[in-house]
Amino acid sequence: MKKVLRHRLFWPIAALVTLIVVNTIVRPQFIVVSVRDGQLYGVLIDILRTSAPLMLVALGMTVVIATRGIDLSVGAIMAVSGAVALTIIDASSDPGSIGTVLLALVVALGVSLALGAWNGLLVSVAGIQPIIATLVLMLAGRGVALLITDGFITTVNSAPYSFIATGYLLFLPVAFLIALAAIVVVALAERRTALGVLTEAVGINPQASRLAGVRSRGIVFGAYLASGLLAGIAGVLYSANIRAADANAAGQFIELYAILAVVLGGTSLMGGKFTIAGTVVGVLIIQTLDKTILFLGVPPAQSPVFFAVVVIVVVVLQSPRLHKWIRDLTSKRAPRANDSQPGTPVGTQNKVEVAS
Amino acid sequence: MPVGVPHVRDRDNGQMQPATPILELTGATVRFGADAVIDGVGLRLFPGEVHSLMGENGAGKSTVIKAITGVYQLDAGRLELDGEVVRFASPHDAQRAGIGTVYQEIDLLPNVSVAENISLGREPRAFGGIDWKRMRREAHDILLELGVDIDPASLLGTHSVAVQQLVAIARAISADVKVLVLDEPTSSLDLDEVAELFRVIRELTARGVAVLFVSHFLDQVYELCDRLTVLRDGKFVGEYLTQELLRIDLVEAMLGRSAAALTAPRPAPESTPEGTADPAVVVRDVSVGRRLRNASVDLVAGEVLGVAGLLGSGRSELARAIGGIDRPENGFVRIAGTDVSGGGPRAAMALGVFYSSEDRRREGIIGDLSVLENITLALQADRGILRRIPSARRRELAASWVEALDIRPPDLDRPAGTLSGGNQQKVLLARLLALSPQVLLLDEPTRGIDVGAKVEIQNLVVEMAANGLSVMFISAELEEVVRVAHRVAVLRDGVVVDVLPAENLTMDALLALVAQPGGDDV
Amino acid sequence: MTTDMQTRPTAPGAERGIVARYNTFMSRRSSLMPTLAAVAILIILLVAAQVRFDRFLSPGNLSALLLDNAYLVVLAVGMTFVILTGGIDLSVGSVMAFTGILSASLLSQQLPAIIVIPVMLLGGAAIGLMIGVLVQYFNVQPFIASLAGLFLARGLAFVVSLSSIRVEDPAVLWLQRTRFAFGGWYITPTGLIALAVVAIAFYVLHWTRFGRTVYAIGGSEQSARLMGLKVARTKILVYVISGVCGGVAGLLLTAYSGAGYPRNGIGTELDAIAAVVIGGTLLAGGTGYVLGSLVGVLVYGTIKKLISFMGAEQSWTQIIIGFLLLVFIVVQRVIVTRSQRRT
Repeated sequence: MKKVLRHRLFWPIAALVTLIVVNTIVRPQFIVVSVRDGQLYGVLIDILRTSAPLMLVALGMTVVIATRGIDLSVGAIMAVSGAVALTIIDASSDPGSIGTVLLALVVALGVSLALGAWNGLLVSVAGIQPIIATLVLMLAGRGVALLITDGFITTVNSAPYSFIATGYLLFLPVAFLIALAAIVVVALAERRTALGVLTEAVGINPQASRLAGVRSRGIVFGAYLASGLLAGIAGVLYSANIRAADANAAGQFIELYAILAVVLGGTSLMGGKFTIAGTVVGVLIIQTLDKTILFLGVPPAQSPVFFAVVVIVVVVLQSPRLHKWIRDLTSKRAPRANDSQPGTPVGTQNKVEVAS
Repeated sequence: MPVGVPHVRDRDNGQMQPATPILELTGATVRFGADAVIDGVGLRLFPGEVHSLMGENGAGKSTVIKAITGVYQLDAGRLELDGEVVRFASPHDAQRAGIGTVYQEIDLLPNVSVAENISLGREPRAFGGIDWKRMRREAHDILLELGVDIDPASLLGTHSVAVQQLVAIARAISADVKVLVLDEPTSSLDLDEVAELFRVIRELTARGVAVLFVSHFLDQVYELCDRLTVLRDGKFVGEYLTQELLRIDLVEAMLGRSAAALTAPRPAPESTPEGTADPAVVVRDVSVGRRLRNASVDLVAGEVLGVAGLLGSGRSELARAIGGIDRPENGFVRIAGTDVSGGGPRAAMALGVFYSSEDRRREGIIGDLSVLENITLALQADRGILRRIPSARRRELAASWVEALDIRPPDLDRPAGTLSGGNQQKVLLARLLALSPQVLLLDEPTRGIDVGAKVEIQNLVVEMAANGLSVMFISAELEEVVRVAHRVAVLRDGVVVDVLPAENLTMDALLALVAQPGGDDV
Repeated sequence: MTTDMQTRPTAPGAERGIVARYNTFMSRRSSLMPTLAAVAILIILLVAAQVRFDRFLSPGNLSALLLDNAYLVVLAVGMTFVILTGGIDLSVGSVMAFTGILSASLLSQQLPAIIVIPVMLLGGAAIGLMIGVLVQYFNVQPFIASLAGLFLARGLAFVVSLSSIRVEDPAVLWLQRTRFAFGGWYITPTGLIALAVVAIAFYVLHWTRFGRTVYAIGGSEQSARLMGLKVARTKILVYVISGVCGGVAGLLLTAYSGAGYPRNGIGTELDAIAAVVIGGTLLAGGTGYVLGSLVGVLVYGTIKKLISFMGAEQSWTQIIIGFLLLVFIVVQRVIVTRSQRRT
């Protein structure tokens, strides 16, 4: 029993289950899943579908965070990816053909990969702090997306493209299947190969890893590459869903939600050990919470308040000071002078660096 | 038994009376969890003296300093300053009471001016705010008192470490300090800078300040200090007058072994291997910054090359240059005939040369990863990302090493950071041995390890050489260097002074080369 | 009687000559270099603009340059305090929007400006305080803590109102509508407020212990603590200052646009950070000047104006600023690595 409680995933899963249970009590149709025309319907299915973009971005963010980095540009990359794809489809003579769509996808994802490589170069080769390096693209990226779409919101009518976001395959939403595929690929890449352990080593102690012969540069570079690609796919999903390229709205704040999902899932922002499963649960928690808020009648624009509270609660719960307070409260003796040194020179991680 | 206590003439009756200490630590004990890091330590500082706190790494010196300067509180014993029992809640308290400290990492602000560094926290005020003019003037005056001629308005970061240290001292004395603690102040200084520092210290003692000088450079201690206190394993060994203590007795007190034991015949490693055709590693004229100059040495297969020298003599720099961690500025390093200078660690590793850092915590063990993951890390990195070692095989491999090296506790999934120093070192050795290396560069592998584990590791080293490896063994403990090595390279001030066969090498002779007692300086 | 200590030329007056003077200047003021570079860039931009568009440097245009960006000036000042300590504040854009819409809402309910304005500032301060406490007491990274602030402020802005609210209060409108003109130049009270904020910040950072503690924390937090400076208090206060500046910026923006709008300021924190970095403040903390941040905002404004003069898309502004930011960061990085290698 204790082992279950101690398991990393216990609290995240418990939180998710609690959310679902509470929702179901309030409106029993929450967990109702029905079948129609070979497609599954229901609130839960909807959550799976709408969580796809965030899932993809959060997967990439997990890997980047594991290397002690951060990627703030994912929203901008989403915007660029959507803009590129839609521009190609819009400009083609036959927007509805699969060939056009495929071309659009290839180019959009290629561009996303390139943007990820850009981030990777800045961090692993130029040695720039990840938060700063990705800030540049966060700033400039949306500008680029706006340029590509000429400032307009390009709309297209392309059945194959929309299918990606709204279609169904084998009873399940295609968007969800794409996210699922990404989860499987990333999990396999990290755990079936040595990538996972080496990434963790790099994240925990880059210098010791280097001395042990780990190719830290390549691993860090690869992480940003992956993050860029996944953000690109998310951008395609988003634009396919609204059938338009909205350079301003695409992926707005998504980097923040992605980071929250990673933190909720139990991966530390300091880098090192990470959990894909945790991030998946984290994303589902966020989506469920979002739906709950919506259902409560709260206008979507106001939902950030709830998430702010969630972020604060989570980080406070994880903070060492809280653990110390609890320890002092539960132990009968007074705190020893040696435990807390008001003047102790402790190097706290309060600098901007999410340490590179 | 008060040894060499300074005496002052009593004003009333004209007799010589023993002076009262300005700072006295009695029965000091500090515990971390259940372990006593220092236990019953005593220390007496008299006004106007330079006192050295001596001991090996792990003897408790830095803990004593932290207890005096308010970073730690005593779990037992008491601290008296100027006759009154004091209890500092923070370093700031200690500062206000008159104890100034200059740490090894200069705890000043490189981004503001010298003057500001001296007076920040006590800045002169004028109507409307800080009085910069007066600040600069006061700084100028203090610096002049110490005979240090620098521009008070210049940024601290533009000055060398030596100057920054003097500014730190200026800051300390600008607050009317009674006791000045200097923690390893000369580690980064060259000879001229050391002389300057000593001049300033004497200036201060002439004014009645008591200086606590902590350093591992024996000759500097002998040159500067009036009295010494020696610690070993957290306990007080003795208090001595410098001029009455022979170097060899000092070393003996620090190491805790009798001189006889030091020169006793040690388990001889296999006799020096036959001259092999080509040395495994050839180092010629390698320089790294100021700390290693034109070093040349050969490493031969099947041999342990001991490297002896004081901290700062260039030992680590030599090993790191060979291992590719640091890039040599001139000269070259050839491994098995291939020039790897400046190729980075991977170039050396590709040829089977591995470096094990002296900073186990920062450059060795990855604390949050398990023992299993730590042991198999380098092997996995070598195989690359795609060729993952199957879990079962990994476990088998790690288990075999844990058994071979007797790593305790034999729990493969335990975070490596929870192991004791000795076992951590064994984990690191296992990590490197798993790669079937040709050459191992071991930098202080037995530092901070208990005697039993020390011997185990020493024997392991001898065994590795017997199996055909070439091992460079760096240690500050001369006795163990002589014990395991076939040949000993002696470094002093960044230069390879000599390479001698270990057989028949007496501790005195080695000490003479390493410790440079009196006479010419280099 | 000192030995050669490898120091720069010494006490002022010891040596004349250009070289000696340059050395002394560099050893005292090398932290000014990035800011001087920013000034140089600004001048180049203005000159180039004048060459290309005859009337770019007209007094009217230059006045507008400051006034159109007054809100950003204030945000950049607050951000400077935070970045000097080595932190970052991602919430300022949202705080500006929140306080802005809050004021519009309160004013539309006939509350007098004299009450509404302090409420705005308090609102900003409250969010800043929350961030500061998270950073200092709960060891949360500034980036995450201010993210929470961003979420909170943005959400609260929409809680106040889902759509924009016009402001009719004469006192507030007066701030923007009044012009003090001399020659072709003019300035509004909002501009004066912005400049006053800069002046106050300048004074605080260079003449008070609090300001010096800000620099100290950026230089080395551990050393600052050992020197007995009130590090904890200061670290929290810089976020409060940033929050208050967010409130002031909200006021300025509301006056400028005559309305509160919950969607304001999305992404503005990035513009503020860019302006601060371009203005010569190092992201690692410890070095930088508010006057530099002012220059950084002017650079931003000039680029924006240039682009609109050129008839190009406004999105080019973001791209160019992003590019400039990158250049500055890379240069900062090069300088840091070079100085590290020297020690």
